[in-house]
Amino acid sequence: MAKLHVTTTVNGEPVEFLCEPHHTLLNALRGPLGLTGSKEGCGSGDCGACSVTVDGRLVCSCLMLAVEAEGHEIATIEGMAHGEELHPLQQKFLEMAALQCGICTPGVLMASRSLLERNPDPTEEEVRFWLAGNLCRCTGYDKIVRAVLETAAEMRGAA
Amino acid sequence: MADIRYLAPRTLDEAVSAYAAAAGAGRILAGGTDLIVQMRAGMVRPGTIIDIKKIEEMTAIQETPDGGFVIGAAVPGAVLAEHPRFGKAWPGVLEAINLIGSTQVQGRASAGGNLCNASPAGDSVPAMVAAGAAVTIQGPDGRRSLPVEAVPAGPGRTNLAPGEIVVSFTLPPRPKGSGDAYLRMIPRTEMDIAVVGCGVNLTIENGVVKAARVGLGAVAPTVLLVEDAAKALVGSKLEDAALDAAAAACSAACRPINDKRGTIAYRTRVAGVLLKRTAAIAADRARGA
Ligand SMILES: Cc1cc2nc3c(=O)[nH]c(=O)nc-3n(C[C@H](O)[C@H](O)[C@H](O)COP(=O)(O)OP(=O)(O)OC[C@H]3O[C@@H](n4cnc5c(N)ncnc54)[C@H](O)[C@@H]3O)c2cc1C
Ligand code: FES
Ligand code: FES
Repeated sequence: MAKLHVTTTVNGEPVEFLCEPHHTLLNALRGPLGLTGSKEGCGSGDCGACSVTVDGRLVCSCLMLAVEAEGHEIATIEGMAHGEELHPLQQKFLEMAALQCGICTPGVLMASRSLLERNPDPTEEEVRFWLAGNLCRCTGYDKIVRAVLETAAEMRGAA
Repeated sequence: MADIRYLAPRTLDEAVSAYAAAAGAGRILAGGTDLIVQMRAGMVRPGTIIDIKKIEEMTAIQETPDGGFVIGAAVPGAVLAEHPRFGKAWPGVLEAINLIGSTQVQGRASAGGNLCNASPAGDSVPAMVAAGAAVTIQGPDGRRSLPVEAVPAGPGRTNLAPGEIVVSFTLPPRPKGSGDAYLRMIPRTEMDIAVVGCGVNLTIENGVVKAARVGLGAVAPTVLLVEDAAKALVGSKLEDAALDAAAAACSAACRPINDKRGTIAYRTRVAGVLLKRTAAIAADRARGA
């Protein structure tokens, strides 16, 4: 089968990869690109563990073909920390133990960052609503929601 | 999976020719939130995938000089929500589109995909029907226009001819005193498929309903335009008697299925209840407009 050649940008770096037409962006990230931070929980858009942004917009990478990445800017969990310096959300999730097994965490963090970029002062309801597409089997969500609200408050204070 | 061809044409003409050439093996890709799920489940096996998102007309939101809107069929819900005026003119259509899936799904899912996927429970469809929206369709024989309610043919089937692509939705200008709303009944608060969906669009002048349209979803093989419900509302001041008559017309129009989400009796009853609740919201919006 003829493989397709895709040129795109991932976490600010230009990259190229080969894929088959039916491969998803998640397949390409976890396969040829070696970025295994994005997880596959369901492969059908329900769990959000594969969340990435495309040109700044949050999507499920399992519901996008890899070839569609051509010419776009992809951001994944691997680009969230700057070297050793964690993003405030990552720091707060650790401090407040907003994760247990961690499978949902990359997706939850990507979704939370996308929320705070658009709405630096969300209500609890807005956080819960925005994260409704991120399933977590472990935490019961409460710690996640609190960590996002705390981070938002801190980031507003720092700004 | 057998060889698939992926094409991302920049013009509609190219897309239509490729789609027609692929015959039954071609599939249009908008946001992929139905198509990719169905491919993965082995329900569809396209030979050619035609991604329409590089075609400008399919992703544009335009305002017409008379105050209407033309929404590209592939515009994602999240993009439409960010438009400064669309949601003010058509809050019901917007809330229906924005009910589709999660934040992530909204980043990709389109009204065109929702309509062409032809689920009887597609959330945007009853709201579009109530709005009196029309779709522009392009195919091998040129362009034509259809009212939204004429597109679905049954679960998973449309009345589009081979090679035809939905290009855009045209929403008419808003007379003063107009408001629309969409409600769906689901057992959860988020991320579920409608048991019943109801769209209502009203124009109210001096307290009297001048024009009304009602769309119902998930209660028949296709989304329904319920003309009898609209007739019951027009000329009324939305008194209890008029609302009861419109609710009864909605229940009478139902030809639902029994499934785990709701029985026939339940869906039929809820259709009437939702009509009243949705009409109340549409009326509030109309009085404020
Ligand atoms: C997690 C999840 C939750 C969901 N929740 C809801 C919900 O609450 N309510 C709801 O209604 N739906 C829901 N859906 C279904 C889906 O998201 C919607 O139907 C969506 O609107 C489909 O749009 P799309 O652009 O992704 O379509 P696609 O998947 O790209 O296309 C859908 C179908 O329409 C055809 N098509 C698309 N565009 C055109 C066109 N312009 N012309 C001709 N044919 C075309 C495609 O070939 C395909 O058969 C959900 C899906 C997921 C994965
Ligand atoms: S793996 Fe993509 S949403 Fe679950
Ligand atoms: S921490 Fe285990 S699924 Fe969320």
